[in-house]
Amino acid sequence: MWKSMTSPTSESEATLTLAIVNDGDVVRGRQAVRDLAVSAKLSLVDQTKLVTATSELARNTLVYGGGGELRASIVSEGGRQGVEVEFIDDGPGIPDLDLALTDGWTSGSGLGLGLSGAKRLVEDFEVDSAPGRGTRVRIVKWKR
Amino acid sequence: MDRIPILRIGDVLLVSIQIDLQDQTALALQDDLSSKIVETGAKGVLIDISALEIVDSFIGRMISTTAAVSRVLDAETVVVGMQPAVAITLVELGLTLDGVRTALDVDRGLALLSSALGKAGSDVEVDDLAHE
Ligand SMILES: Nc1ncnc2c1ncn2[C@@H]1O[C@H](COP(=O)(O)OP(=O)(O)OP(=O)(O)O)[C@@H](O)[C@H]1O
Ligand SMILES: [Mg+2]
Repeated sequence: MWKSMTSPTSESEATLTLAIVNDGDVVRGRQAVRDLAVSAKLSLVDQTKLVTATSELARNTLVYGGGGELRASIVSEGGRQGVEVEFIDDGPGIPDLDLALTDGWTSGSGLGLGLSGAKRLVEDFEVDSAPGRGTRVRIVKWKR
Repeated sequence: MDRIPILRIGDVLLVSIQIDLQDQTALALQDDLSSKIVETGAKGVLIDISALEIVDSFIGRMISTTAAVSRVLDAETVVVGMQPAVAITLVELGLTLDGVRTALDVDRGLALLSSALGKAGSDVEVDDLAHE
């Protein structure tokens, strides 16, 4: 299920790609991102924040996106290092992003903390989504 | 799917989570614990999460629900051993673990449970009086 490929941008090293199609893949995604966070020398607290955000977003990809892909890589910018993780699906998309990012709002039976909480746990957080166009979330945790 | 073993020590059910929890495994544990409480008449549940490297909203919900269900079944739940990095992350994520008692380690958790269980009888009396 793992593919290694060279990233198109010069700043990032090899990108790890993992299909997210079941519960076990969410666990594998957490473990892969943890390994990268350790390699990028993030502190234990920052590793934990990034892995927790990954768990939330990968589960959303699985549950709401109907499955998709996780891509993770070590990135650098202006001399600092970080770990970038992307979550991509071709699901129904998020019709109202502000609503979805509200603490406690869920369209299902969750706590509605996944998206808003993940946003608080990382420095860079971007969502690209529209009805019928799927969802792509990109996060970066930078080494301090 | 893995299943987490549940041990019984007297009145207390002890669970030590030693693996990276898959969602289905967490749900199965929640169900197994409720059945075991009924089956054994246990008065306390102690969940050791010292080996857990993260607690996300799903695992957090499993813990809160387990505590709520055990309370309805007349048992107290105590969660022990949360790593500091996990605690910091949990708060920033926004999880409050409402109604869940915590202790630093298994020994303190057991002590908390036994004092809670020892007081249970008188608590109930006070409660009854208050409602009359
Ligand atoms: N990849 C996605 N595709 C479509 N909708 C999504 C996606 N991710 C999130 N959503 C929508 O945004 C809402 C909020 O997501 P969020 O992760 O914050 O909460 P939740 O998953 O409902 O609950 P929790 O994560 O706390 O268990 C979801 O209920 C869902 O409607
Ligand atoms: Mg979610």
